[in-house]
Amino acid sequence: MKILVGYKRVVDYNVRIQVKPDSSGVVTEGVKLSPNPFDEIALEEALRLREKGIASEVVVATIAPADAQAHLRNGLAMGANRAIHVVTDEVVQPLTAARILLKLIEKEQPGLVLLGKQAIDDDANQTGQMLAALWDRPQATFASEIVVDGQVARVTREVDAGLETIEIDLPAVVTTDLRLNEPRFIKLPDIMKAKSKPLETIALADLGVEAAAGLTASHYAAPAKRSKGVMVKDVAELVAALKAKGLV
Amino acid sequence: MSKILIVAEHLNGQLNASTAKCVTAAGKLSPEAIDILVLAADAAGIAAQAAQIAGVSRVLTVERAENAQSLSAVLAPQVAKAAAGYSHVFGPSTTFGKDLMPRVAALLGVPQVSDLMEVVDAQTFKRPVYAGNAIVTVSAPAGAIVATVRTASFPAAAEGGGASVEALSLDVALPTHTRFVELKAGKSDRPDLQTASRVVSGGRALGSADSFRIIYSLADKLGAGVGASRAAVDAGYVPNDMQVGQTGKIIAPELYIAIGISGAIQHLTGIKDAGTIVAINKDAEAPIFEIADFGLVGDLFTLVPELEAALG
Ligand SMILES: Cc1cc2nc3c(=O)[nH]c(=O)nc-3n(C[C@H](O)[C@H](O)[C@H](O)COP(=O)(O)OP(=O)(O)OC[C@H]3O[C@@H](n4cnc5c(N)ncnc54)[C@H](O)[C@@H]3O)c2cc1C
Ligand SMILES: Nc1ncnc2c1ncn2[C@@H]1O[C@H](COP(=O)(O)O)[C@@H](O)[C@H]1O
Repeated sequence: MKILVGYKRVVDYNVRIQVKPDSSGVVTEGVKLSPNPFDEIALEEALRLREKGIASEVVVATIAPADAQAHLRNGLAMGANRAIHVVTDEVVQPLTAARILLKLIEKEQPGLVLLGKQAIDDDANQTGQMLAALWDRPQATFASEIVVDGQVARVTREVDAGLETIEIDLPAVVTTDLRLNEPRFIKLPDIMKAKSKPLETIALADLGVEAAAGLTASHYAAPAKRSKGVMVKDVAELVAALKAKGLV
Repeated sequence: MSKILIVAEHLNGQLNASTAKCVTAAGKLSPEAIDILVLAADAAGIAAQAAQIAGVSRVLTVERAENAQSLSAVLAPQVAKAAAGYSHVFGPSTTFGKDLMPRVAALLGVPQVSDLMEVVDAQTFKRPVYAGNAIVTVSAPAGAIVATVRTASFPAAAEGGGASVEALSLDVALPTHTRFVELKAGKSDRPDLQTASRVVSGGRALGSADSFRIIYSLADKLGAGVGASRAAVDAGYVPNDMQVGQTGKIIAPELYIAIGISGAIQHLTGIKDAGTIVAINKDAEAPIFEIADFGLVGDLFTLVPELEAALG
């Protein structure tokens, strides 16, 4: 079985996000970019399934500008067999991303597609569900455990009420939650090895995907700030303050 | 004029409070109608609860055995079909709505507005991005507008409505490729984390599942729900459904007490809308104090029992 992994490049989660003074977006120039944490988890899971003999090949895919090659080399260094780079300078919204990934599915015929539950830049949490709908296949979002048994996967999902387990026929789309696994660290020799692994680039225009009408972002603002309150010296002072506000 | 369809969230015959929050968000559009769609195996009880919500015009029920569990692959084609004639389709930004609504949007061929936090006009909304570090104003293109409503941004609509309940029959074939196995729900008699007016949360500093007892004990004294940081969940002190933050639950209690939590941005994203934030941490430089209304520096293992005792 082949596994296709969505591997998006995003602003690193440690970066303090600044809104541009003209409100047209957030500052991304000169800011550290990293693989989306949920996508590293997706890749790690795919690698583990390959190490267990369940998967035979792991392919990472990204939809990003031309300068994202180093990002894909990261995924190859982590252990993916191949990489596909769909090149576009446009920011691709989830419905269009799902259409593009569907094209890659048609080309690659994977038995399982692993995506992150959300990209930590747009925080959309949509692409996997949209892809599953367009593909007319099962989805299992927020996965914290995946057990593949032949043509069926049992997936445990982190839902508000607790842990839900569902059974899905393959092929299917699974999106990862944080507790699915801990991604491995990349070792130096692997970075060298990754340089010779196949990396296919496809211009978005050559895929024949119609971009979906998307949302138009008109204005970015910093969130309302909570101001720093007061430090109390002891428990008695804290309780008095809470009593004064009628909170206890 | 807008006509809004809201997909009801329910479990074990109980309507989730998130549905009434979606009604409040929908009301901001001054719509012509707000209808609630109940997909269930046995819908009567849930529909009766939905009909009580003030501002709701009609409650539409679709009863099918396949709807006994909330499987998005099964529900989405029904919602997409029921959406005909509506300008907007809303669901809550809970794991239920996050799982379902994008599948509906894709079937309708439209984008989705995730985590709608403010209505500007019928096409224009505000939503958080970058873990809530920026708020973006977005406009939807022509076509149905599908959105998940950020529940922490809207209070639940009041009771006292008297909507009519109508059975809807939808001619849609449902897939069998997705099957429910089980739900392991964290059993708790404490107030629900997402709707509790007071929440006490513990972090990595608690050190073990056993030590977390002092958090539960303080919460019980306050009649509060209990939450946790991701670090506390990852370390196995508490189950996953207690995680507060960007990738856990976004909550807005009147009182939030963070104990032994450093205040990483991913955690703060989950509590920005809380009324009053109290932080207890031994590190006076901990970032949680930057946003806490009341901060207390010291060792939680002495301060928490002391606080519980002081509450009488
Ligand atoms: C993509 C992504 C998503 C994430 N989503 C979430 C999320 O949803 N929710 C979330 O919480 N985190 C999330 N995180 C993790 C987040 O970045 C932090 O790692 C986490 O919140 C830290 O948890 P903590 O505050 O309990 O632990 P720490 O950061 O280790 O803080 C422990 C605190 O306890 C204090 N302390 C220690 N001993 C004592 C004592 N005896 N008495 C008093 N104070 C003491 C310390 O001073 C310290 O401030 C996410 C991270 C990523 C990358
Ligand atoms: N441009 C992209 N390139 C590769 N994968 C993507 C891209 N956009 C979205 N994805 C995948 O879809 C997941 C969810 O993204 P989103 O719906 O934007 O929150 C991500 O974690 C990725 O796995």
